[in-house]
Amino acid sequence: MSNVPNDLKYAKSHEWVRDEEDGTVFVGITEHAQEMLGDLVFVELPELGATLEAGSECAVVESVKAASDVYSPVSGEVIAINEALADAPETVNQDAFGDGWLFQVKLSAPAELDELLDAEAYTEVMEAEAH
Amino acid sequence: MPFIPHTEEEVQEMLAAIGAASTDDLFDEIPASLRLSQLDAIPTALSEMEITRLMSQRAQQDGQPVCFLGAGAYDHHIPAAVWQITTRGEFYTAYTPYQAEASQGTLQLLYEYQSMMVALTGMDVSNASLYDGASALAEAVLMAVRANRKSKSKRILMPRTVHPAYRRVVHNIVRNQQIELVELPFDPQGGHTDPAVLEPYAGEDFAALVIPQPNFFGVLEEVDALTDWAHANGALAIGLVNPLSLALLTPPGEWGETGADICCGEGQPLGAPLSSGGPYFGFLCCKQAQVRQMPGRIIGRTEDLDGKVGYTLTLQAREQHIRRSKATSNICTNQGLMVTAATIHMALLGSEGLERAAAASYENTRQLEQTLTAIPGVETLFQRPAFHERVVTLPAPAASVLRSLAAHNLLGGLDLSRDYPELGEAILVCATEKRTADEIAAYGEKLARVIQLQGGVTCGLVPKE
Repeated sequence: MSNVPNDLKYAKSHEWVRDEEDGTVFVGITEHAQEMLGDLVFVELPELGATLEAGSECAVVESVKAASDVYSPVSGEVIAINEALADAPETVNQDAFGDGWLFQVKLSAPAELDELLDAEAYTEVMEAEAH
Repeated sequence: MPFIPHTEEEVQEMLAAIGAASTDDLFDEIPASLRLSQLDAIPTALSEMEITRLMSQRAQQDGQPVCFLGAGAYDHHIPAAVWQITTRGEFYTAYTPYQAEASQGTLQLLYEYQSMMVALTGMDVSNASLYDGASALAEAVLMAVRANRKSKSKRILMPRTVHPAYRRVVHNIVRNQQIELVELPFDPQGGHTDPAVLEPYAGEDFAALVIPQPNFFGVLEEVDALTDWAHANGALAIGLVNPLSLALLTPPGEWGETGADICCGEGQPLGAPLSSGGPYFGFLCCKQAQVRQMPGRIIGRTEDLDGKVGYTLTLQAREQHIRRSKATSNICTNQGLMVTAATIHMALLGSEGLERAAAASYENTRQLEQTLTAIPGVETLFQRPAFHERVVTLPAPAASVLRSLAAHNLLGGLDLSRDYPELGEAILVCATEKRTADEIAAYGEKLARVIQLQGGVTCGLVPKE
């Protein structure tokens, strides 16, 4: 089983959320998600300043054999995107929970964070998918 | 005989396993009104001999007229070797090259095709072709809407000088995606899109501007000014070009300060016979920045573990078989056989041969224009430089003049009154490198006679709009 850090929140669709506790969060895809995709060759990120709704498609991660949509786990405005991924999409494979972050959001509905999964619940989701 | 491999017995076995009483039962959730029982428009089968007889009769009806008709499909010379090679079994029967191990020949040919198109257009990337020129323009429009992430409007500036059939096809393909086509008028003297008509739109949000070169009238547009205007106003520039003209004209990759972003067009002039309107192929090229929004197949060159060169489909994650409903295109992916012919055609002619064909077409059209406008009452409508087509106005009804010429075994051009009623009795004429001086002279004589018979200038009854 892949690594599932305890200090993050998760969505069923395999995104993670790191609460910066200043009204903003970082978002990425989980280690498990990048393992399922294989070597990433391209990441399409949302536009800076874009308004996201929780559950809506906002990015695409593309591997040699597949492309997969990324759904925003939270609502709010995109205030930073990980520009480094344009030239080094493999960073997501190497460090999904760190340098491989996708974008940062200024929350418009902070209460949404309570609806996300904790590490334990996300681990159950992964295990259920494995069967 | 239906081409279904199952025997009646096997069908019954499968139905029993599913638990359906009959094939109709299996599909009973499809409403009866949507189900076709009889294909009324399809006639009953004929034997090979009957078909041969029928087709010969039809071909005789067509005759073998001398063609001065262009308007999107051109009667160019195709060396005999082109189709001799194209119809070899290895090319002729090859199917989708998904399995690189078994398709190196086809893949290499497509890769060579892409390389030639990139060289011809001055762009960075070419796909392996699309259905035809009109659908290639529609795909370019869709691609621009996806690629231009600064634009939120889904609006496209579409000059009226773009081929009318192309505009209709684009409209049909994009209208259900809330994409709006804003028509730009043309200059009545020049027959071109005056960059000044763009002024009211400055600062507005458009995804792209379409720039035809040459335009439907054969006239050359001010591509540099149009491309730069698009970029200054946050729009992408889509070049719609005749590939043969690129042997003489500046390629779209070099238009304006930074070049067009996407270019597309009809590949028929590169080795496809007129063939009653098809099959042809569309080409689509773009700059590197847009490559992930490009529809269709792209072939890449790589090396295997032993360092041997190999060709393979690349960037497939955008395609139908992986991306399903979110693929960059779900129309069609490629016109492989036409592209095979085009690649062989370009390889045989080389850049010099293409240039000679283009220059001879240009020269012949100039000759034709001089010959026709020497007839009293026949005028060149637009004075600006043109490639190998011209609009001329007649002192008699265009439709009946063309009918009379056809009776003389001569395709005189296209009657523009249906799509451009504002031009009066105008026809679009074209002379490729295949037209001889004698044929051009004969056209002039016949046209003069037809106009005289139809009372043109002498009776003074010039039809007015």
